[in-house]
Amino acid sequence: MTSTILEMRDITKTFPGVKALSNVNLSVEEGEIHAVVGENGAGKSTLMKVLSGVYPSGTYDGQIIFQGQECQFKGIQDSEHKGIVIIHQELALVPMLSIAENIFLGNEHAKYGVIDWDANEERTSALLKKVGLREDPKTLITNIGVGKQQLVEIAKALSKEVKLLILDEPTASLSEKDSQALLDLLLEFKRQGMTSILISHKLNEINRVADKVTVIRDGRTIETLAKKDISEDRIITSMVGRSLDDRYPPREPHVGEVVFEVKNWSVYHPIHAERQVIKGIDINVRKGEVVGIAGLMGAGRTEFAMSLFGRSYGRRITGEVLLNGKPVDVSSVSKAVQHGIAYVTEDRKTYGLNLIDHIKHNITLANLGGVSRHSVIDDLRELAVANDYRKKTNIRASSVYQLTGNLSGGNQQKVVLSKWLFADPDLLILDEPTRGIDVGAKYEIYTIIARLASEGKAIVVISSEMPELLGITDRIYVMNEGRIVGEMPAADASQEKIMRAIVRGEGKAA
Amino acid sequence: MSTESAPAPQGSVTDEQRPRIAVSALTTNLREYGLIIALIVIMLFFQFTTSGTLFKPVNLSNLVQQNSFIIVMALGMLLVIVSGYIDLSVGSVAGFIGALAANMMVIWQLGPLSNPLVVSIVCLIVGGLIGAAQGYWIAYHRIPSFIVTLAGMLIFRGICQALLGGGSSVGPLPDGFKALSSGFIPDVIGPLTLIPPTVNAAGKTIMGSGLTLHMTTVVLGLIAVLAYAYFGLRTRRKRERHGYEAEPFPLFVVKTLVASALALFLVYEFASYRGLPVVLLVMGVLISLFVFVTKRMTIGRRIYAMGGNPKAAQLSGINTERLTLLVFVNMGVLSALGGLIIAARLGQAVPAAGLGSELDVIAAVFIGGASAMGGVGQVIGAVVGGFIMGVMNNGMSIMGVNVDWQQVVKGLVLLGAVIFDVYNKNKA
Repeated sequence: MTSTILEMRDITKTFPGVKALSNVNLSVEEGEIHAVVGENGAGKSTLMKVLSGVYPSGTYDGQIIFQGQECQFKGIQDSEHKGIVIIHQELALVPMLSIAENIFLGNEHAKYGVIDWDANEERTSALLKKVGLREDPKTLITNIGVGKQQLVEIAKALSKEVKLLILDEPTASLSEKDSQALLDLLLEFKRQGMTSILISHKLNEINRVADKVTVIRDGRTIETLAKKDISEDRIITSMVGRSLDDRYPPREPHVGEVVFEVKNWSVYHPIHAERQVIKGIDINVRKGEVVGIAGLMGAGRTEFAMSLFGRSYGRRITGEVLLNGKPVDVSSVSKAVQHGIAYVTEDRKTYGLNLIDHIKHNITLANLGGVSRHSVIDDLRELAVANDYRKKTNIRASSVYQLTGNLSGGNQQKVVLSKWLFADPDLLILDEPTRGIDVGAKYEIYTIIARLASEGKAIVVISSEMPELLGITDRIYVMNEGRIVGEMPAADASQEKIMRAIVRGEGKAA
Repeated sequence: MSTESAPAPQGSVTDEQRPRIAVSALTTNLREYGLIIALIVIMLFFQFTTSGTLFKPVNLSNLVQQNSFIIVMALGMLLVIVSGYIDLSVGSVAGFIGALAANMMVIWQLGPLSNPLVVSIVCLIVGGLIGAAQGYWIAYHRIPSFIVTLAGMLIFRGICQALLGGGSSVGPLPDGFKALSSGFIPDVIGPLTLIPPTVNAAGKTIMGSGLTLHMTTVVLGLIAVLAYAYFGLRTRRKRERHGYEAEPFPLFVVKTLVASALALFLVYEFASYRGLPVVLLVMGVLISLFVFVTKRMTIGRRIYAMGGNPKAAQLSGINTERLTLLVFVNMGVLSALGGLIIAARLGQAVPAAGLGSELDVIAAVFIGGASAMGGVGQVIGAVVGGFIMGVMNNGMSIMGVNVDWQQVVKGLVLLGAVIFDVYNKNKA
């Protein structure tokens, strides 16, 4: 027999001028994994902030009933006290403190303010065992990978005697392997009787672990699906409010001459000087061609791209870059841009945007020369350019004067894309262009890529999502451990073939 | 079916947001207007509490001459803070440059090199070199600016004192040099006497009676106000011609009228005394230049981008190292100018010149609305912030408030202004 552990009734939350949630209902049964899905900006995170007391009671309308009691949380402490623990998308760990210190931060085993380190470390070891993390409790957070940090967060949650665990996009920055481990852990917790809410974009994960799925769109509950009804198509339909028969726009490639060529490219790690990160890579891209680079997390794809783009990564970089058959100097970002190379970063918030400035200024930043004369910016020309690109890439904002920090992930990505489109490159390198972006915006990004290719630009797409590479590229390079381990036309490629190339490459490297 | 274009599921949200933009545009402007209104309120307050002394022409001239070096240095500091750095050395650099200038003009017999103009130019170059030396470590070796300039603060105060031979002062400085601070522009048009001064029984004119206007000042003031109105109108026209909405016309008219009235009032005040102080003219030119650079030039835009997100700026092809160096060179030159102004006003170089002024300069920039995180701040804000500090210094001194308590009040105003900013930002 199951009982309802949490019920959120008619939750309505308004921000000045925007209704973020309107009459949302969510009902979670004890011991289940309940997925909450929706496009970016649909209101999932807001709902979880209401639940965890980040938005205190009184700032929203509606009722929260947890374990049969109506709750009015005034802050996170209140909800944690009841056993509701949320793990945010952006991890909240202190990098220069140890695992044990982080887990018991603010909750230390102490007597009269003096910390009992032995007790803390002992309990930490027990918790780490539960989440399957083999690390010394004294290890600093900064010295372990993101996947392990995620596990520390979960261990921290467990230390608080959690009854309801909320995970906000837990696998967004994890590799395939770490993601799988995390999902297994969730299933294990479920066997032990814990209830979890999983917020995710990744439909295959939801398919795998969720017992129920609640879909939210535009701040409203659309439907809650039971296990037997869960299918990717159904979820997508309900998320975007229409069926998505074709996830990738159709395209007729017109591939021309080789525009861009890299020969024998090698890069060493910026700190560990003896470690070679990129080991003699050769690739080429043709006019009008979309080339994919597949590979697992840590294969060196981003490092490769950033080292190409004005030596923004690494040391002792050697190799040759040819543009239209002629060697070019790309030793600084401005030189690379001058030669018509653009790199759209994987981490748009840290590397792509000035979040405290508006859309207009972000779009023209890489090509200020294009809107100025004698170094004086022509305000009207800049405004016209910004509006033009806003229309072209379909950026949804109230105007070009909206701060980029207030945009959803998809729209932020379109601003970064616009910036580089305005720089008018011949070669565009896109690093994980659709990470953390909802289905509708993904399609728009694919459409932009297809249009650019048809305009004769050469495009490189780095992506961890293999279906995406198969769907939008013409040719795929497979990368592993800093080498190219395979090359295949997209038409002949399949996820299995790519994986096989990686595995074979691993064998070779060993 | 849906292969043509993606839908707009967030369309409804966007529509709801639309009225917000007008409001937010108004509130951002309100921040700037609010600051100017605060300055006016503070001035009226002191005008009242000092029974009319504050707005006396002679006092206004004093006020400008006393505070100009803070505002000149605040222009450089604004760029430093917007870039995401800080400069603690400006007061010491100003002191050092004053000592250097005094030595060059008075102690060392350098022949033609002791000419005030030559000395000033050499000093500005030295200031630039000092800025470059500090900026080099900050830009290319990523040493925190707080530490580099803290070191600079100690080093240059030390050299300043050493140059002045321990605790003594060096002077008097030549009159030509002192004119930088205490001089007034010459009246090339000639004075206009509106009310002839009263002559007493002994046949002597009574000081301060009658009304004579410094006509060059009046003409310059009128030209400036007309130019302000003309360029404002032209920008509006251009926007409208291209089909973009400009601010509401009544708002524009009110803004222009209020600004012009204020400017004309000040012009009248200065004209009825001895005319426009030279240092105010220098300041005015610099302020206009920095407004133009930050608002209209690519280098200004790049500085804001660098302060907002240095990594993104770098990956957009901006040479952030060189830009950082330039920002500190600029700061060095303006510190040197500040030092020259201080020395010119005192008529001599003293070991304590500019001591602690870095804090006033930094406070002016933060009162003016700049963010300690970088990327945010306006030239006009920093200038008004500087004047707020100056008017408070001046007003409280006239009122006879003890210097100790003046510091307390200034501290509270700084804290209040920043709390106001943070509160406003969280509300928005």
